[in-house]
Amino acid sequence: MKVKPVNHAKAAEEFIDDVAHESFHDERLWDLRQKRDEQMHILPEWQELRTRASQIKEHTLANLPEYLEQFEANAKKNGIHVHWAADGAEHNRIVGEILEKHGAKSLIKSKSMVTEECQMREYLEPRGVTVTETDLGERIQQLDNQMPSHIVVPAVHKLIPDVAKIFAEHYHTDPNDNSAQSLAWQQRLAARPVILSADAGMTGGNFVVAETGSFVVCTNEGNADLSATVPGLHIATIGIERLVPRMADMGVFIRLLSRSALGSPITQYTTHFRGPQKGSEMHVVLVDNGRSHRLGMQDFWTSLKCIRCGACMNTCPVYRRSGGLSYGAVYSGPIGAIIDPTFNERKYSTLPFASTMNGSCTNVCPVKINIHEQLYKWRRVLAEHHELPFVKREIMHMAGKLMGQPKLYRAAINGTEVALSTMPRFVLYNWLNPWGKHRELPHPVKTTFNSWYKKNRLNKQKEGEKA
Amino acid sequence: MKIGLFIPCYIDAFYPNAGVATLELLEKLGQDVEYPMEQTCCGQPMANSGCNRDAASAEALFVKLFAKYDAIVMPSGSCTHHVRDNFDAIPQTDEVRHVRENTFELVEFLHDVLKVDNFPWAEFPHKVGLHNSCGTLRALRTASMSELGEPFFSKPMDLLSKVKGISFAHPKRPDECCGFGGTFSVTEEAVSAKMGVDKVTDHHNAGAEYIVSADTSCMMHQQGCAERAGVPIRFIHIAEILNGARE
Repeated sequence: MKVKPVNHAKAAEEFIDDVAHESFHDERLWDLRQKRDEQMHILPEWQELRTRASQIKEHTLANLPEYLEQFEANAKKNGIHVHWAADGAEHNRIVGEILEKHGAKSLIKSKSMVTEECQMREYLEPRGVTVTETDLGERIQQLDNQMPSHIVVPAVHKLIPDVAKIFAEHYHTDPNDNSAQSLAWQQRLAARPVILSADAGMTGGNFVVAETGSFVVCTNEGNADLSATVPGLHIATIGIERLVPRMADMGVFIRLLSRSALGSPITQYTTHFRGPQKGSEMHVVLVDNGRSHRLGMQDFWTSLKCIRCGACMNTCPVYRRSGGLSYGAVYSGPIGAIIDPTFNERKYSTLPFASTMNGSCTNVCPVKINIHEQLYKWRRVLAEHHELPFVKREIMHMAGKLMGQPKLYRAAINGTEVALSTMPRFVLYNWLNPWGKHRELPHPVKTTFNSWYKKNRLNKQKEGEKA
Repeated sequence: MKIGLFIPCYIDAFYPNAGVATLELLEKLGQDVEYPMEQTCCGQPMANSGCNRDAASAEALFVKLFAKYDAIVMPSGSCTHHVRDNFDAIPQTDEVRHVRENTFELVEFLHDVLKVDNFPWAEFPHKVGLHNSCGTLRALRTASMSELGEPFFSKPMDLLSKVKGISFAHPKRPDECCGFGGTFSVTEEAVSAKMGVDKVTDHHNAGAEYIVSADTSCMMHQQGCAERAGVPIRFIHIAEILNGARE
């Protein structure tokens, strides 16, 4: 059976209908965008940093095999076990085997979008491993059985009462608790014992340094450090595109990451992992899962530069109004819309159209990914691969023909006295029906510009010539 | 200099006054302007929908009609953006390149090419909110963009500042997209309309009596949103103000 494309428009409409959530979501993320702007204004070298970051990433991606091998050799020297996973299934199998070898039944993990990509929880839980998210937002999402709706603030679409309800259900707390502080405290009380008794810990990795065989994890809650250091086993799941060549490059990225994401100069915790603690084991699983295929796509490979700051989502007026879950994918927002189709072209064929291509995402991207231009290119690719709805494709085909034939076009516009009644037919056929659901239609006019010109310029010219 | 005037389909059918103002303004400035009667469309709707091949006949006709002019001027940022940056459904001949390189949005033509420094006939005693479409703002770069932190500049505001009596309202999110986005306004109608309402409300809260823009398509959408939501604000194309409209 063919997989159905995500219906972003419908999900977005439902999100918008819930006024309280929609306006909070919009305001909250716009606030992050403004904080980001403030940070940018503080640093006169901001644009230079972006250029540098983009160059480093492009250089690394162009020489990815060499840098990956360099990392592997150095990491091994540091006592890290390095694994390679071609896809999600292989990743899950590797993690499962490591856990089994240690008899580990409980895994605590801090944020990692790659494990979402691999659907690791769904693999491990039937095999008797409990997986507990230690990041507050991720935990909320986990308890509510939802995907993260934002890369950096995964539960940003929820209001405090939503969280109170979820915690009441799972932690038996007061469902009417309206204090973020006390709810966070409840999460702390619930999570600490799980963390302290866990058999294994998992983190992602924001940056992987080839030169030193080390990796860097940036968080604000300190949960990654707990996940990594409390149990005697630390597994880090990292996408292969996360490499940078040298430790000296880190300065560029650390300065850009949190400023772009949240508008704070740096994350509360920036931890460099260089090797296992005494008596512990450290594993790094390097995951491909379609990345090398993406690296070969001429128009889309630079999407691999992404450092997952979420700035494009915060600035995106469509994302802010529609909420991350409406994208129906692990990665939402503008960056999701250009990455997701590489995972499944048909399923995510609607996402590049869930954009006005206004270009704000490109401007805020700290590594200068030309996001809106890639959205435009994806539309072409999808149209050529016939991933457009039939009606839309046919309308564009007919419109294209009409626009090439001046007489037919003119007849379509001037066909009746009032242009409005025929306008929809030639531009959008019957597509202006949805237009009127939330908007008034344009007002009818007495004459088109074309007729006016004929009467007031061409005819007058002729009269002039006669005279 | 012989100018070919392109009037986009929306203006032709719904906002002919903006087209007339553009023509009259260029004539007032002493320009030799012609409007080729057979023109239809620049091809943007098809290309933006991904159906680039379907844009070929419109683009071919556009080149056929406009290649003979020294400059092609249009009161639309997004159409200019299409011609300049994405007009590639047809083979890139010398004629096509000439057309692409010499197509201007009205504001940039007045500001950069003609370097007009006064509009003695223009007076607009109202508070206006300027809406830069994303096409003019980020693709044609007629104004500074808040995301880049660059020093403030605004070609449309430069021109409007020369109009007697005008004053400006300053919305909180000055360069946020209004949500039109071509076919986006129909396929993602709910998000589009919400963005439109938010946009006009932002201008209204800042005290704008009018929203002025170089892009009629954005205004058609915003006007529809404002009327439905009951936001009392009026709309006017920048060409109309510069040409001397009083209200």
